Amino acid sequence: MAKVLVVTSGKGGVGKTTSTAALGAALAQMGQNVAVVDFDVGLRNLDLVMGAERRVVYDVVNVIQGEAKLAQALIRDKRLDNLALLPASQTRDKDALTEDGVARVIDELRQKFDWIICDSPAGIERGATLAMRHADVAVVVTNPEVSSVRDSDRIIGLLDSKTLRAERGERMEKHLLITRYDRIRAERGDMLKTDDVLEILSIPLLGIVPESQDVLRASNIGQPVTVSGPDSPAGRAYAEAARRLKGEALPVSVPGERAGFFGKLFGRRAA
Amino acid sequence: MNIFSIFNRRASAPVARERLQVLLAHERASIGQTDLVAVLREEILAVIAKHVSVEPDNLRIRMERGDQMSTLEVEVDIPKAARVRLALTG
Repeated sequence: MAKVLVVTSGKGGVGKTTSTAALGAALAQMGQNVAVVDFDVGLRNLDLVMGAERRVVYDVVNVIQGEAKLAQALIRDKRLDNLALLPASQTRDKDALTEDGVARVIDELRQKFDWIICDSPAGIERGATLAMRHADVAVVVTNPEVSSVRDSDRIIGLLDSKTLRAERGERMEKHLLITRYDRIRAERGDMLKTDDVLEILSIPLLGIVPESQDVLRASNIGQPVTVSGPDSPAGRAYAEAARRLKGEALPVSVPGERAGFFGKLFGRRAA
Repeated sequence: MNIFSIFNRRASAPVARERLQVLLAHERASIGQTDLVAVLREEILAVIAKHVSVEPDNLRIRMERGDQMSTLEVEVDIPKAARVRLALTG
């Protein structure tokens, strides 16, 4: 049965789009049929991060308004046959997404794919609530930093009240994905630790993605990091997160090197 | 910066953690409260409307939560004409 997954966070710039691309590609690399859907109407970027920006002809708004068929708007990934992208519109505004229209598109996608991954826009407005509306599973992307954690808390509240699942009284599966984690800073006491964030938000941990060059490089060249750097710490973290989404019980490891004794002692001066 | 300030500087992550815990405890309660007030408001209006016609704007509800005690304040303005009718039938 198809699963609809929303990648959300409340706060902007924490890594939703990067994570959508990486998790989508990782699931496809495991043989799953995956569609990634950009809900950020007016500010689309998933196409760019996935290297498909020059192949966009139709978008999700065209499909909703009946100007194109779903099959015409879906862009098949060049490297992974079983990965497709449904881009957002760059010219319309978020009001072009209607509740009924989104429901129809999601239903049609459910027929064709194993996973439908919705990349939510930042904020808690219409675009974000529509992106989460049909979700069975949510990945809450959080940076170990106060404003991101606060906004994630708010989004978790919305997931538990504004989604179809919540309204039907069903359980909404939620996972925490910590991104931009810097192990040395956390061990030095200058960054919230994974345990701190977990204790505050109290949803299960899906993975920890380190702050890394590889993630920046991946979006520079338009490839999901699990494709461009499958052996990099970030690529591995996403691949493992995807396996956990599939139900595997893998222990989560903290990526990055430990701060040594002298690092702890003298590192503070540099920070 | 001297050698002592390196050792004395308090790590900032525990401060972040404490501030978040206090803030979120407050925010979670107050966001739940907004919903509760909205529900109470609608139901109170419906009960009053059975007997007196009241404009929705003339009903004000405020809830304050304290550690020991919480209060619910309901204020209804009843227009003059309605009050006469109330006196006659009551």
